Amino acid sequence: MTDDFKFSNNDEDIEVILFLEAIKLKYGYNFGDYSRAHIKRRIKNRLVKTDCKNILELAHKAITDEAFFANILLDFSINVTEMFRDPDFFKHLRNEIIPILETYPQIKIWHAGCSSGEEVYSLAIILKESGLYDRCKIYATDFNATIIDVAKDGIYNLESIKEYTKNYNLSGGKQSFSDYYTVKYDHAILDSSLKKNIIFAEHNLVTDGSFGEFNLIICRNVLIYFNRNLQNKVNNLFLDSLAKGGYLCLGSKETIDYSEVKKQYDTFSSEHKIYRKNRKV
Amino acid sequence: MKYDVVVIGTSAGGLDALRKILTTFKHFDDIALIIIQHRNPISNNYLSNILSDMTGRITLEIEDKTLLKKGVVYVVPPNYHALIEKNGLFTLDTSEKVCYARPSIDVTFKSFADAFGVSVIGIILTGANNDGGQGLYEIKLVHGYTIVQNPTTAEAPVMPNYAIKCTNPDEILELDDIGARLNELIRKNGEK
Ligand SMILES: C[S@@+](CC[C@H](N)C(=O)[O-])C[C@H]1O[C@@H](n2cnc3c(N)ncnc32)[C@H](O)[C@@H]1O
Repeated sequence: MTDDFKFSNNDEDIEVILFLEAIKLKYGYNFGDYSRAHIKRRIKNRLVKTDCKNILELAHKAITDEAFFANILLDFSINVTEMFRDPDFFKHLRNEIIPILETYPQIKIWHAGCSSGEEVYSLAIILKESGLYDRCKIYATDFNATIIDVAKDGIYNLESIKEYTKNYNLSGGKQSFSDYYTVKYDHAILDSSLKKNIIFAEHNLVTDGSFGEFNLIICRNVLIYFNRNLQNKVNNLFLDSLAKGGYLCLGSKETIDYSEVKKQYDTFSSEHKIYRKNRKV
Repeated sequence: MKYDVVVIGTSAGGLDALRKILTTFKHFDDIALIIIQHRNPISNNYLSNILSDMTGRITLEIEDKTLLKKGVVYVVPPNYHALIEKNGLFTLDTSEKVCYARPSIDVTFKSFADAFGVSVIGIILTGANNDGGQGLYEIKLVHGYTIVQNPTTAEAPVMPNYAIKCTNPDEILELDDIGARLNELIRKNGEK
């Protein structure tokens, strides 16, 4: 891709390939087109926490010990998230996209890679405050079943709430954030009315197909973990799953510029990485 | 020895230190320069604008799958770690903080050590925590070149001190000398 540099492949890179192959054969998960730098970093971080001497031994452990593999899956999936992460994005969503969705009788939303749910509940709050929630059906998906269960609960550490409150206010929140949760011990339990129109489900962007036609797809900080090849594939999946004139929202540092789907979209906000599917396609 | 990449790590107060180096350094066209500075999660393009003024070069805040090129100055964005792929594309990552930092210097240094081996120069400047030392150690391990700012005259000595402890670097230099030393190291590139 670049002639500027010489990169050195080393023996560890070979072991990583064998590790991924072993996991694919055993469990069916294909991480071959994930960012190799990310995968390798996570494998090496896991390796030092075990008594395995090298990545091949770790592969052996992963295929013979299913509980251990569950850790690997978590290592690869990176579930770090926040409520109203990037408040400016949510502000833009509230002020620029919601008024357009408002004119639709029914609004279908796909939140892909929702992790433990903080982002989709943030969206639900905005929809409620705009009076749209009851017309919405939100599919929130992730490939990690463990994390989907956390998302369904909607119970978060009280420690994070201070930051979430700040984010909520910065994003143009109209109420007091504390209206949306009750405190129990050191946890904040989100108001269950936020869940009413959210369907949480397992969906793997690598292997599963389209399951509907949506007006809005939000997939933030998930594609960064894929290589350009897989990004392209998933971008096509999103294109196929969007209604004409539908919106795609990516993470603040993600772009469709390198993807072949680019010409099927208009850029709605380059700053917030919001794209609108052409009406003519 | 041929160096292709210079990675510099510093914490929040490191801007003046960067200025000293970058206004002395001349051979931007021969290398890619990557800067990891700890900073506020919602700061904007402030740092890349300043660096672009300082260097007169194209300065990019890295986005996902940005291509690494010589002659360009790259800044890791706040709230993401940056990794480099072996096809020269950056990958951003929102995983856990490392040494209380995201971006973490360790993360990017280790990734460059892995992808570039001997052709990377790693530099640790003033800073107030332990980030960077482990990463610099990995650059040394693959025989890249390692430089640490002299902690006794650094504004915040913790980071350079820890880097020295981890790495036993090739050189410990006064801030004022680092730019000139880089000019020598990279000029030798052309001579082969
Ligand atoms: C960093 S989180 C992003 C969470 C949230 N969207 C945000 O930006 O705060 C990345 C999520 O992508 C999910 N993910 C990774 N690979 C996936 C795949 N193949 N299919 C579906 N989800 C995936 C992970 O499980 C993880 O929850």
